[in-house]
Amino acid sequence: MQTFQYSRPTTLDQAIHGGAKSKTAQQYADVRFIAGGTTLVDLMKLDVEQPKQLIDINTLPLERIEAGRDGGLVIGALARNSAVAHHPVVLRDYPVLSQALLSGASPQLRNMATTAGNLLQRTRCMYFRDTAHACNKREPGTGCSAIGGHNRTLAILGTSKDCIASNPSDQNVALTALEATIQVQGIRGKRSIPIQEFYLKPGSTPNRENVLEPGDLIVGVTLPPPITGARSHYLKLRDRAAYEFALASAAIVIKVNGTRIEHARVALGGVGTVPWRSHEAERALHGERADAATFRRAAEAALKDAQPASENGFKVELAKRCIVRALTMSTQSA
Amino acid sequence: MTNDKKPASAIEVPETEQKEVSAEQSLFGRVTRRSFLSHLGAAGIAATASPVLAVTTTQESPVVDAAAEAQAPAGTVPVTLRVNGKSHVLRLDPRTTLLDCLRENLNLPGTKKGCDHGQCGACTVHVNGQRVNSCLSFAVMHSADEITTIEGIGQPDHLHPMQAAFVEHDGYQCGYCTSGQIMSAVALLGEPVGSSDEDVKQAMYGNICRCGAYPNIIAAVQAVRRTS
Repeated sequence: MQTFQYSRPTTLDQAIHGGAKSKTAQQYADVRFIAGGTTLVDLMKLDVEQPKQLIDINTLPLERIEAGRDGGLVIGALARNSAVAHHPVVLRDYPVLSQALLSGASPQLRNMATTAGNLLQRTRCMYFRDTAHACNKREPGTGCSAIGGHNRTLAILGTSKDCIASNPSDQNVALTALEATIQVQGIRGKRSIPIQEFYLKPGSTPNRENVLEPGDLIVGVTLPPPITGARSHYLKLRDRAAYEFALASAAIVIKVNGTRIEHARVALGGVGTVPWRSHEAERALHGERADAATFRRAAEAALKDAQPASENGFKVELAKRCIVRALTMSTQSA
Repeated sequence: MTNDKKPASAIEVPETEQKEVSAEQSLFGRVTRRSFLSHLGAAGIAATASPVLAVTTTQESPVVDAAAEAQAPAGTVPVTLRVNGKSHVLRLDPRTTLLDCLRENLNLPGTKKGCDHGQCGACTVHVNGQRVNSCLSFAVMHSADEITTIEGIGQPDHLHPMQAAFVEHDGYQCGYCTSGQIMSAVALLGEPVGSSDEDVKQAMYGNICRCGAYPNIIAAVQAVRRTS
């Protein structure tokens, strides 16, 4: 691990101006914010991240979870994953978020990890995490070792010829189905970024994973008011029953009115290069009967453009069945 | 799970490693294998100026020692940590994880390094009463925190009920995961966890045991929960 200068600012402005000195907010940033550290310290030990400066933001006043003015919920950037997962309003109004959080990591990691840090978690691709192997996400132009290598856990949606790394998050899949907005404060002031617009697919620049610029600090995540009568569910499929990333997962928010689906949001995990919102599945669900045939059509639509690699073709059918099962579980009689 | 086997000079922690080594030699009859090897390492560090060199003072009310400051190795930063109710004034390489600080700088080796990447739970300690993986945090980040390690929850003559339960229910074989298991289980007592064995499994899955002592670990945890 390279050594670093450590500072702990007492105000948001100090943190933002410190972070603004970084050449990039993306891979190999020379100035990094540190909160829970569960991704950053891990990657620093592997020399995948080598910040020269760490700005410890843990004492900034960003941990509150409170009602939004519109009846939604405002989750502070530093709210720990465990606090969010067990929060009574999250359990009552956004249970898919609690289910997603509790399916991930471990109790210890959830006590350390923050909401904003979780938004920024990195791929588990073994080649990204090993500096002995070529990786376009770490060093663009050096090649992708996963294409033609070991890629069983990697993406089938949103890939490019330069990168097939999957996004491993559970929280962010649930936040995508909930249509969350990410609140950012930077050197040019505040802005709100819908989560759908926050992540960047790899394309030819897999080193750029989101729209943040140097100095940008995520200060919170806002959820819109819950939809009356809607139900939600997070289904995670993986090799082990616990303490393991998703091979495929689905976050569903759905409202059935009489016999017809009135509202549907479908997001996928484990299969996309970014948390994957499936408009294709949603279009196949809206206005239709909530039955097995509809669910299967939605699943087929969601995976229509899937591009499996040499070892992860099984994920196409697995993801379809995951969608069908999650839709079934979120619509069956209580 | 305490330092009671170590010579008294090591616990008082003199200002430099040289003093520790010479005090050690004068107490040769009371040297243990662990203390002998750790002081060999300290002598080696003093000779080679390793990047993880540090100076440690342990006092009831933390005071920065001027002599120690003057000798401070380049690239180290001052850190004050509260561990098991005592304050420690340190100078550390900022890369020092909380885990390495506890084990190497503070002579609290009860917390174990299993994977060093947050994937096994052997390094579990409490920070402000919450269980965390000490391998994934830098010591320098914890100056405002109350840290509790396995050494701080009980003594051989006054075991924490969880420690006693692990003994009674044979909740360990090699013992390497055990301090992490116990720290995790003690924290679990204050968390919302259902009453079944399956619920305990779900709450403890962040601590893995290669020896497979899981059924007895669950039995120990449930025994304490029944009496709490």
